[in-house]
Amino acid sequence: MTGTPTPAQIAARAEARDQVRTELRSRVGGKAELDSASPRVGPEEVTGAESIVRSLEEVGADVVFGIPGGAILPTYDPLMDSAKLRHILVRHEQGGGHAASGYAHATGRVGVTMATSGPGATNLVTPIADANMDSIPLVAITGQVASAAIGTDAFQEADIVGITMPITKHSYLVTDPAEIPRTIAEAFHIASTGRPGPVLVDIAKSAMQSRTTFSWPQELNLPGYHPVTKPHSKQIREAAKLLATARRPVLYVGGGVIRAGASELLRQLVDLSGAPVVTTLMARGAVPDSHPQHLGMPGMHGTVPAVAALQKADLVFALGARFDDRVTGKLSSFAPLATVVHADIDPAEIGKNRTADVPIVGDLREVIGDLLPELAREHEEHGRPDVEGWWRQLDEWRRTYPRGFSETADGLLSPQHVIQRLGELTGPDAIYVAGVGQHQMWAAQFIDYEHPNTWINSGGLGTMGYSIPAAMGAKVGQPDRTVWAIDGDGCFQMTNQELATCTINDIPIKVALINNSSLGMVRQWQTLFYESRYSHTDLHTGHGTMRVPDFVKLADAYGCEGIRVERASDVEAAIKRANEIDDRPVVVDFTVSRDAMVWPMVAAGVSNDDIQYARGISPAWERED
Amino acid sequence: MSRHTLSVLVENKPGVLTRVAGLFARRAFNIHSLAVGPTEHEEISRITVVVDVEEHPLEQVTKQLNKLVHVIKIVELEPESSVHRELLLVKVRADAATRTGVLEVVDMFRARVVDVVPDAVVIESTGPAAKLDALLAALEPYGVREIVKSGMLAIGRGSRSITDRALERAVRSA
Repeated sequence: MTGTPTPAQIAARAEARDQVRTELRSRVGGKAELDSASPRVGPEEVTGAESIVRSLEEVGADVVFGIPGGAILPTYDPLMDSAKLRHILVRHEQGGGHAASGYAHATGRVGVTMATSGPGATNLVTPIADANMDSIPLVAITGQVASAAIGTDAFQEADIVGITMPITKHSYLVTDPAEIPRTIAEAFHIASTGRPGPVLVDIAKSAMQSRTTFSWPQELNLPGYHPVTKPHSKQIREAAKLLATARRPVLYVGGGVIRAGASELLRQLVDLSGAPVVTTLMARGAVPDSHPQHLGMPGMHGTVPAVAALQKADLVFALGARFDDRVTGKLSSFAPLATVVHADIDPAEIGKNRTADVPIVGDLREVIGDLLPELAREHEEHGRPDVEGWWRQLDEWRRTYPRGFSETADGLLSPQHVIQRLGELTGPDAIYVAGVGQHQMWAAQFIDYEHPNTWINSGGLGTMGYSIPAAMGAKVGQPDRTVWAIDGDGCFQMTNQELATCTINDIPIKVALINNSSLGMVRQWQTLFYESRYSHTDLHTGHGTMRVPDFVKLADAYGCEGIRVERASDVEAAIKRANEIDDRPVVVDFTVSRDAMVWPMVAAGVSNDDIQYARGISPAWERED
Repeated sequence: MSRHTLSVLVENKPGVLTRVAGLFARRAFNIHSLAVGPTEHEEISRITVVVDVEEHPLEQVTKQLNKLVHVIKIVELEPESSVHRELLLVKVRADAATRTGVLEVVDMFRARVVDVVPDAVVIESTGPAAKLDALLAALEPYGVREIVKSGMLAIGRGSRSITDRALERAVRSA
């Protein structure tokens, strides 16, 4: 058709276009029906507060860690009557957030925390940031001042949506009670799918107090949210080809494997490929430590074989890892000889720090599931790769630089010994939850993890105080398993009030307090980089100090069993005794040497090639070819 | 550094501009200009953002933007295959002695006078950045008193609509 269209033609075309658009719109709106086996509920007349509780019940939440306050108060009334939701009253909102995160870690389900407006909500900032860095599925529900008061600097008003915008996967401010069920359904969907993360739902008190209708299931309206789960087959073929031909491959496994529930498949990939595997701090347990191809943890405090393998690799095969600076050291000299395959559910991670030669976006279960037959086919066609020489090299590193530690000169208890014995005596079926610092690194190094989700820690954000509340959450999620919090004296003093929550709610966690009387990791850096000038790192809780506080007395005050251990000969008996107590929390105050240091170590910002096995001892790479 | 124009289709929801702008700030990307407005779909708004970045960080910012739940689609509009326009309003000194000269400039640039008082005029012009810069340079000798610009708007040439394609994608992946 040429020439100027007539008005009738224009109108007809416009109508046709509008039809298409209306059709498209309705289909967008009607997508992604919640996967719910439960029968349809409602519509029922309820209050907004009841709608919140009903939504949480229907979405499958079973535990809420929270503290009431003015703006969330209406929700706490129907919460009291809920038969499906167990609310655990924590002592600080930060504890509630970390507990929800520990619960999510241990169960793979979404953790839920609840707080009031203003300071209640701002106290959640740290656990939300923590969950964001470690990809934890977390839903935080906060009360907000009444909608008419928003923006007036009302009592206990804080723009928590604005405050947390950079540290949430998504967030909502709800002022219309009719939006409550769909919002909570979407929040859980977003938190738990794709790359998991924290979602904040801030609900105005006025919305909780208004009458509304509740119905379930809800249709999600998320036209801009489409996590890619199915990897591209061409990329899978390319990756399999590289893995089948590399002479010095390394499987670089990150926490994404654990989040994806892909450990079993990964195990098959490790076996089939014959390649060495390293597990990052977030991935400890993704592959059993007892697996003969496991070289341990890479990075700043990784094993020499793991760090060296990456440096000398011709193929780095990254699965759910993000080339974090603690792993790569100086980025420009990381794995300089390697071709990089990078598989992750989050496309933004691929190529962020290190360019990927073969990028794969997808759910790691699907990625590894697709890789396995493709790799087998490669082997069938071209034979298995020759990695014998590589393994000779790797085994030599393992022989030369085994895991170990040297006793400190002061003759006091070695923290590494305590942690190693704790792992040996308690076994791989327990859950170990660390704080942040030296004890965290030793717990990552000296305990052998055999299963995913048995190692819980704050990796990305490095949140001191994480251990006690997160262990509490893990124990709530896995009540039949032994849960050990491995904590430092610095961390412990940030969040130990949750021991009250544990005692009162029958959550019998065990705490191995690695008490070196100081902010140990900071002190280690002062020893190494600040000429042993110990500026403000002495906490006066250990040997030869005032012991303020006395952790055994503190444990007693909280209704916990308190045990003090100062000599190596008492370690075993104390751990055994703690493992036998299951009717209350236990705190074992292992008073250890403050001079012990975490080795191996790559100093911040230097090349991984300069790793020190122990102080002043660097592997001599030139002797190896 | 090179200049890139991104069309970002977003859900028309409160706070969406903050999320987009905050992301640019947080990842240390320099926004050269930003314009936002409604589209033919009432539930979709369109943000046109012009950034000065290298190729690699541009890819990173696009990926990060795509992670925002309210972002539906991002299209980079190449200069060759799209039309770029900005609206300029400029207040220039123009009294009896200089008005003729000012109006000649207005005519030459096919601009329009939208307000006149005895000692000044307000001129309206639209065009690509280079044209507006040239107009401002020509007016400069008369005395530019106030400038306001809309930020760059851009649309692809041809008959295809990125909004419809975005909705189709949303349907396909549902």
